[in-house]
Amino acid sequence: MILVFAETWNGQFKKSTFEAVQYASACAKAQGTQALAVVIGPASAPVESLGAHGADKVLHLHGPEQFETAQYAALLAGVAQELNSSLIVVSGTANGRALMGALSVRAEASAISNVTALPLSYSPLRVVRGAFSSKGIETCESRLPRSVIGLIPNAIGLKDSSDSDAAFEDRSASETARATVLEQQLASGSISLPEADRVVSAGRGMKSPENWGMIEELAKTLGAATACSKPVSDIGWRPHREHVGQTGIQVNPQLYIAIGISGAIQHLAGVSSSKTIVVINSDPEAPFFKAADYGIVGDAFDVVPRLTAAIQKYLN
Amino acid sequence: MGYKPPRNYLSMKILVCISHVPDTTAKIQFTADASALDANGVQFVINPYDEFGLTRALQLNEQLGGTVTAVTVGDASVEPTLRKALAIGAHDAVRVDALALDPIQVARELSAVALAGAYDLIICGQESIDYNGGIVPAALAEILGWPVVSPCIGIDPAGGRAKATREIDGGKEILDLALPAVLGAKKGLVEESELRIPNMRGIMSARTKPLVVTAPQGANPGSASVSFTKPAGKSAVQMIDAQDLDTLVQKLHEEAKVI
Ligand SMILES: Cc1cc2nc3c(=O)[nH]c(=O)nc-3n(C[C@H](O)[C@H](O)[C@H](O)COP(=O)(O)OP(=O)(O)OC[C@H]3O[C@@H](n4cnc5c(N)ncnc54)[C@H](O)[C@@H]3O)c2cc1C
Ligand SMILES: Nc1ncnc2c1ncn2[C@@H]1O[C@H](COP(=O)(O)O)[C@@H](O)[C@H]1O
Repeated sequence: MILVFAETWNGQFKKSTFEAVQYASACAKAQGTQALAVVIGPASAPVESLGAHGADKVLHLHGPEQFETAQYAALLAGVAQELNSSLIVVSGTANGRALMGALSVRAEASAISNVTALPLSYSPLRVVRGAFSSKGIETCESRLPRSVIGLIPNAIGLKDSSDSDAAFEDRSASETARATVLEQQLASGSISLPEADRVVSAGRGMKSPENWGMIEELAKTLGAATACSKPVSDIGWRPHREHVGQTGIQVNPQLYIAIGISGAIQHLAGVSSSKTIVVINSDPEAPFFKAADYGIVGDAFDVVPRLTAAIQKYLN
Repeated sequence: MGYKPPRNYLSMKILVCISHVPDTTAKIQFTADASALDANGVQFVINPYDEFGLTRALQLNEQLGGTVTAVTVGDASVEPTLRKALAIGAHDAVRVDALALDPIQVARELSAVALAGAYDLIICGQESIDYNGGIVPAALAEILGWPVVSPCIGIDPAGGRAKATREIDGGKEILDLALPAVLGAKKGLVEESELRIPNMRGIMSARTKPLVVTAPQGANPGSASVSFTKPAGKSAVQMIDAQDLDTLVQKLHEEAKVI
């Protein structure tokens, strides 16, 4: 049995959850076994949607109210040991990444994060992963009979869902939490950056934080998340959670639009695996153009509002 | 020699785990047989996330007293990186004399150092920028049976407990936990502008601060690298006239198929 952690977010499944389920299901098929999706805590979304993305079974563990690393790791490890699973798949979200180390120790498994594709082989387990902040690609092999794989969000294309014929089981379960969540503060209405299909990112070329209105307009028009370069978050023009690059969030979207960003190596390291990169910069020599698919030399203050209008025109 | 620990050194013992990584501007190349990083000509630095952790540790030390110990699992080549941590302000350093092979092995080696030193707080970075594992902090915490907060963007200890802020997708959460604990540091734990760089006095005193080399436990790795390649480069950029944005939109739709 292959296990997949079906992470919830405010009771909903995220796109990255479905990707992890689809991945686990493909691994299960390749090995002639089944994929079990494990949901922990409150879920308002229908668990059938996990079956629709390939889970053969769904196990819903009721008890914990909120994600806590040690507790979730213990619960998942318990299921892995009970079913003697060789493979546990989690998505590389903030919670999934936090979970991997604890889960692998608890389940006596190896831990391989940043995985970008289906395994090359299953015994031994060999997978391809991003390393050196996307400056390298590593083939990594597990040395233990059980492995935890962390799948990069957006790395595999999500297929359309089909009808679910998954089996369901509900159980109450609890393990000791080692920390208590006192409060959560969520930025309203923003699209989660690691999972976003489209990202509009801006740098120091925007001159001051008041000028981000046009960036947000373009992002809204595209249904994109907003991001920024490191200095922009260091000087407080934008929140830290928008900082992308080698020392910030790594993104992997279909479309990355970089506006007024020079394209320093540390910035490129976190964004270069984006499928299509558009660069808007007033300096024709900006290094970012070398890493771009489409380039526009121009003043952001002139180009961005007109680009938003051109996209709106196309969408209508 | 010459070095005296602060007087109230038992008040908060902090262990800062330092990963020795290629400088962020390094061109990453692999050996001819593709089996490993080619370290030729590569400058190594303190992992940037660990610098945030080290700075926070020093701030806490100034407020509360105690000691800050830096630790790295690695061969003798990592010692300049540990000396830099000493120059920035760590009081002493430990090198576990083993090559770092895998996050599980590293976490097991670090857990032995943690137990030997009876630390109140261990600060790691949220990930190393070399292998980008992001595994060690929570693995170490689980081996020790301690709480973990990663990525951690705030920590305020008081009376054997701490309030910590953890970054989550789309926001943050505030946690209450008992010490000892392990953190995975990220920018926000301290600001970029608060990061410390070694001054001349720091560099001089670092030479005489203790750097203890300990024998490894011989922990087994959970995984191993088989080979490395470089990602395929992009094909040449298509420049589009700034006056002709409809063409860009059309190409994004028809050619790139992203809108
Ligand atoms: C250890 C370390 C880690 C780092 N990690 C990261 C990281 O994770 N992410 C990251 O982003 N950076 C990182 N950096 C910083 C990086 O080296 C660059 O300094 C940074 O990316 C530059 O940001 P920028 O492109 O916004 O600003 P700048 O380099 O100042 O570039 C601004 C750009 O805007 C253009 N411009 C100016 N006016 C206009 C206009 N009106 N219209 C259009 N374009 C305009 C300019 O031509 C220029 O290309 C790191 C650095 C270090 C040392
Ligand atoms: N070889 C090492 N020695 C000491 N600490 C390490 C080592 N490798 C990783 N760490 C710590 O663990 C954190 C996360 O590393 P990783 O799990 O390798 O991405 C780093 O930021 C360091 O704090």
